[in-house]
Amino acid sequence: MSKDIMINVEKLNKSFGDLHVLRDIDMTVNQSEVVCLIGASGSGKSTLLRCINFLELKDSGLVMIGGEKIEKETHDLNEVRARVGMVFQHFNLFPHKTVLQNVMEAPIYVKKYPKEEAKMEARALLKKVGLLDKENVYPSKLSGGQKQRVAIARALAMKPEIMLFDEPTSALDPELVGEVLATMKELAEEGMTMVVVTHEMGFAREVADWAVYMHEGRIVEVGHPEQLFSNPKEARTKNFLDSVL
Amino acid sequence: MDLLTKFIDTYPVFLKGMLLTFEITIVSIFIAIFIGLFFAFLKISNIKILEWIADLYIFLVRGTPLVVQIFIFYFGLTAFNISDFLAVVLGLAFHNGAYIAEIFRGAIQSIDHGQMEAGRSLGMTMGLTMRRIILPQASRRALPPLGNQFIIALKDSSLASFIGMYELFNVATTHGSLKYDYMSYLLIVAVYYLVLVLFFSIIVRIIEKKMSSSD
Repeated sequence: MSKDIMINVEKLNKSFGDLHVLRDIDMTVNQSEVVCLIGASGSGKSTLLRCINFLELKDSGLVMIGGEKIEKETHDLNEVRARVGMVFQHFNLFPHKTVLQNVMEAPIYVKKYPKEEAKMEARALLKKVGLLDKENVYPSKLSGGQKQRVAIARALAMKPEIMLFDEPTSALDPELVGEVLATMKELAEEGMTMVVVTHEMGFAREVADWAVYMHEGRIVEVGHPEQLFSNPKEARTKNFLDSVL
Repeated sequence: MDLLTKFIDTYPVFLKGMLLTFEITIVSIFIAIFIGLFFAFLKISNIKILEWIADLYIFLVRGTPLVVQIFIFYFGLTAFNISDFLAVVLGLAFHNGAYIAEIFRGAIQSIDHGQMEAGRSLGMTMGLTMRRIILPQASRRALPPLGNQFIIALKDSSLASFIGMYELFNVATTHGSLKYDYMSYLLIVAVYYLVLVLFFSIIVRIIEKKMSSSD
């Protein structure tokens, strides 16, 4: 089985005012690959994720999702976003809805699923992330790790082709990181295509197919996580790793 | 004749006045909520000209006395065969709409930007996310100041007496001048207002409690 290209980014540029955040980014992610993005804050890794699901619109360059070139003139970006799941650092669960309602919301209102069907699927997803017993609880009653697992279930409810994770464990207490990474690892093993902005080197080593180091809006180095972390080719990568490890 | 007997003697008229006060308040606030929501959206639209329109409206309302606004609506609208009641109600709605617009704008902008992003990332449109995610949370936050505005509107409705509406305050001053006994009837009307305000406060508190079930 030849692997399909799920994400293809070419010469992507993005600025916020005078700040040139992404500079000529090229990146290709194949189906079922897991890619970790590392880099200092401000290096553009979050912006890259946000350009891939069009929460930010590129200034120039090319973004292809599932082999399809996406332009705001020719595509309904809402529809594209529904195909690309996103998990945020601060979870962004809907506080006025129960856990189950959080997961059911988009399938019902975007995909127009019948309520019963959406509920069944939502409960299956909650079971998968180990939170079925919390289905009727409001997010404020959950721990950070539980919140993030609900957020993952919520994104999965749209049956995305790709999952993007923007520092999914950075806001968590250390003892809660493991449960979220375990859920993500399970997802990776099922063959989900994933791009993960993370500083969890252990996770990157274990799960990622390759890793990317970004610095000042450019991709500095790409490599197998083991090689990138243990034996970086670029001096800038080495400096960064020395400062965080 | 002591205060209590005066109270008992006049309560049918005062209750009628109270009903009118109640109607003026409810209808004007109801309209004001829609006006407020509309101008709140203009203010957060990020479209300069729409923001200016909202700013101008709020400037006009805040910069002129309510009694002037009510008189302008009264003399301006009754010329078009609009009833006194409707003229007053529209005047009050025009006035309160500006304050409610600011309440809504503040509440909407206080909702974490991540909520909009989460909705959008799931494929929801901006409008759908506004309706399903942002507004329910914002209205919960808007409720306490909204309740406050409600009570202000209730008390401000006494200005309707100046254009001859026979609401609570007018009932009181009419009785006062007929019987040469302003003080008694002003004290009595104060009690009616207090009861109405108390009633509204309790309703607002009940709604607040119901809406905060997710905290």
